[in-house]
Amino acid sequence: MTDEGNKAGEVFAELDDPNLRDALRDFRSSVHTWSDATYSAARTAQAPRAIAWRRTLAWALSLAISAGALSGAVYERHHQQMLADQQHQRELQLEHQQQVAAQQQHARESEDLLAKIDSDVAREVPSAMEPLAQMMTDDSGVR
Amino acid sequence: MTMQAATELADAEFSQVVTTHRPQIFRFLLASTRDVDQAETLTQECFLKAHRNWGGFRGESSVLTWLMRIAINLQKDQWRNRRLQFWRTTRTNGVDVDEASAWLPSGESSPEQQLLARERVGDVWRALEKLSGRQKSIFLLRYVEEMDIAEIVQATGLSEGTVKAHLSRALGRVRQQLGGRA
Repeated sequence: MTDEGNKAGEVFAELDDPNLRDALRDFRSSVHTWSDATYSAARTAQAPRAIAWRRTLAWALSLAISAGALSGAVYERHHQQMLADQQHQRELQLEHQQQVAAQQQHARESEDLLAKIDSDVAREVPSAMEPLAQMMTDDSGVR
Repeated sequence: MTMQAATELADAEFSQVVTTHRPQIFRFLLASTRDVDQAETLTQECFLKAHRNWGGFRGESSVLTWLMRIAINLQKDQWRNRRLQFWRTTRTNGVDVDEASAWLPSGESSPEQQLLARERVGDVWRALEKLSGRQKSIFLLRYVEEMDIAEIVQATGLSEGTVKAHLSRALGRVRQQLGGRA
């Protein structure tokens, strides 16, 4: 038996209650097992909790800021694109309207011209030419 | 011996002290706090403080009792700070009684014996929760670290009578808890 075992024996031997003695022995073994299992793992811990917490918060904040900046940039680009499209649509529409107006104008001018020609053609024979016109009508029966 | 040689010797001695006693200090603080991170932090602080004061250590007590005294004082400071700051930091990484009781040596005992042992260990943890900080420290030094009364007296700075009284009350609590189950 080791010295430690002897010492443990002395500590627990003074307890006259076997239930209490067993409980304290189990408790001691449990704490030793837990400590042995976690001791080496705990030594590799990188940072105290407060520092780790702050580091996590800093990461979360920087991620949120990056995501915000990125989504802002994407939104801005999308918005600019949309405005450019709308502007282009307006320009096309305006151009189309101008074309239609020009066509209408051209059509109106053609109609006016035709109407003027018609009116010119339909005008009565000038009075100076009237005897000649009658003569042509009379001759038509002879012929 | 030159100053530098003396310093090197002291550092070498202290390294040996760390290697020898660090697991035991960690175990005591782990049992006191039931929090692995906190136990590790306090262990580091304990050895840092010990290193700063290593030159002043006169060997009036054993190195272990001297280190235990530092650890107990650090823990006391921490309890005080926690009481003041309870509204700021309510979250800890401490494990609950059931989780702590699950640590049992992988012996040859039957599943029934393991279950019984687990229940008994849980009862002891529950009894410890009802003790004052001082009673808990004395109980752990005696029944986990297996220190004798004279060593506990040196580690706590209390009189022998006070140590025995606290130990008796702590045992009474544990007995009461175990009796409650039986």
